[in-house]
Amino acid sequence: MTSRYFVSLAEPVARLAEEFNKLPGIGPKNAQRLTYYLLRSSDEEAKALAEAILALKEKIKLCSVCFNITDHDICPICQDKERDHSKICVVEEPSDIPPLERTGKYNGVYHVLHGTISPAQGIAIEELKVKELLSRLQDGSVTEVIVATNPNLDGETTAMYLHHIIVPLGIRVSRLARGLPFGADLEYADDMTLGQALDHRQEF
Amino acid sequence: MSPPRSYQTQAIIIKQSKLGEFDKILTFYTPEFGKLKAVAKGACRPGSKLGGNVEPLTYSLMLLAKGRNLDIVTQSQTIDGFPTLKSDLWCVSCGIYVLELIDSFTMENNENRPLFDLLLDTLHQLCQADSNEIILRYFELHLLHHLGYRPQLHCCAMCNSPLKPVVNFFSSSQGGILCPHCNSKENRHCEPFAFCHSEREKRPKNLAQDRHHKAISLKSSVPLSVDALKILRLWQDCDYATARRVKVKSELSSELEQVLQCYIVHLLQREIKSVSWLKELKKPLDNHGEEN
Repeated sequence: MTSRYFVSLAEPVARLAEEFNKLPGIGPKNAQRLTYYLLRSSDEEAKALAEAILALKEKIKLCSVCFNITDHDICPICQDKERDHSKICVVEEPSDIPPLERTGKYNGVYHVLHGTISPAQGIAIEELKVKELLSRLQDGSVTEVIVATNPNLDGETTAMYLHHIIVPLGIRVSRLARGLPFGADLEYADDMTLGQALDHRQEF
Repeated sequence: MSPPRSYQTQAIIIKQSKLGEFDKILTFYTPEFGKLKAVAKGACRPGSKLGGNVEPLTYSLMLLAKGRNLDIVTQSQTIDGFPTLKSDLWCVSCGIYVLELIDSFTMENNENRPLFDLLLDTLHQLCQADSNEIILRYFELHLLHHLGYRPQLHCCAMCNSPLKPVVNFFSSSQGGILCPHCNSKENRHCEPFAFCHSEREKRPKNLAQDRHHKAISLKSSVPLSVDALKILRLWQDCDYATARRVKVKSELSSELEQVLQCYIVHLLQREIKSVSWLKELKKPLDNHGEEN
C-alpha cells in the first residue's frame, strides 16, 4: 500500500520511496530525493546497493562466543590467539566495541549483552545474554570481568547485578572508571562524577 | 506584559528517553506543576553541561524555557544525587519501583505538593538502608492517600460497621476492608473479577506462588490478618520515623505486599513492571544465603 504522499509517483518509484521513508531520520522529501538519485544513477551502482542490503541480512549473524555481530561463526576478536582470553569486557551493544578497540589499550575479549536491565521498561535478565556470560565463566580460565556498561541508571543497575552474581564465582569484577570527560567544565560536572573523580584521582 | 519565557523549578527526574542522536526527553516530578516532560538538548554529548544532572533518581534545580510543544531544559543543578541509594543494587531497584509508581499514577501538569514531599522523603529514607520493604509499603499506602485512593481501614467499606478483631477481607473494588459477613455477600453477588495477571499466568514458574496469585485474581477480595490490619492502620497515620520502628516478620511483610499490590494492580489495571525485577532480586539473594 502506497501512502497518500507518494500516490502520484509511478509505482516502482513510490515503492522505493516508501521503503526509504521507513528509515530513521528520513522524511518523505528525503526519501524521494534518494529514489530519484538512484533512478538517475548507473545500473551497477543500484545493484551494488541492493546486494549490500541483502548481504547485510543474509551474512551477518551473532558470534557464538561473544554475541558480537560478525559474518563468521566466531568473530575475529574471539578467534585471535594473540588476545588475552582471561579478560572479558562486557558491553551493552555491538556498537560499543569499536570505540573501545580504537583506544588500543585493551587486549582481552568481549561479551555483548544486547541491552541493559531496565526494570521500569520490563526488560528482564532473560532477554540479555547474561546466562551465556555465566557459562563462559564456568571453566575457570577467566580471571577478570570488566563491566563497560554505560554510566547511567540502567547501565549501573546492570553493572551492580553482574557484580552481585559474578563475585561469588571468585572472579574479579571491575568497572570502567568514571571521571571528567575531556573538554568538560568542572563548574557543570554533576556531584557523582566529580565525587568519583576525586576518589579515584591519580598521581602524575 | 507577556508571561515570562523561562521558569525555575525543583524536580525529581523520573525517566528519560532518547530523542534523536544527542537529545533526551525527560519526565520529572515537580512541586509546583506535578509531572512534566521537557527536552534536554545535547544531554547525550560527552561533556554536556546537563549530562549527569538529568539522570533518573536525581533531585535537581532546573531552569526551563517555554517551547512550542515541549519545554526545554536550559540549566540543571543537582541538589541531591542520592549516591548511597545508587550504589546499592537493592536500594536502586526500590528507587526505580517508586519512580515507576509515581509515573503510572500521575498525570502531567497536575500539582500535588504533598506527593512531591512524600517522594523526596521516600528517596531520602531509601538512602538509609535497613529494612526497605517497610519503606515501600509506607510509600504505597501514602501514595494512595495523596491520590485519593486512601483505603478504608477503620470500618467495613460496605456496611460501615466497626471491624471485629478477626480475619477480615481487603476488597480492591470497594477500596477498603470488608467484614466477613459483607465479604461473603459480595462474593456471592460479584462475578469473579479477573486482574491483569495474564502475564504471570503465561509463564508459570513457581507453581505454588502461581496458584496463590490465581486464587487472588479470581476473588475480588483477599483475607487480611488482624496484625496486618493493625500495621496498615498505624502506617496510614504516622510518619516515617514511627513506621520504621515497627518490626515486621517476613510472613506479615509478604502479606502486606500482596494486599497493596492487589489494590495497585486493580487501580492501574496493569502490572507494575519493576515488581518482577524486585522479586527476581529477592530470589538469588536467598539462594546465596543458603549456599553460604
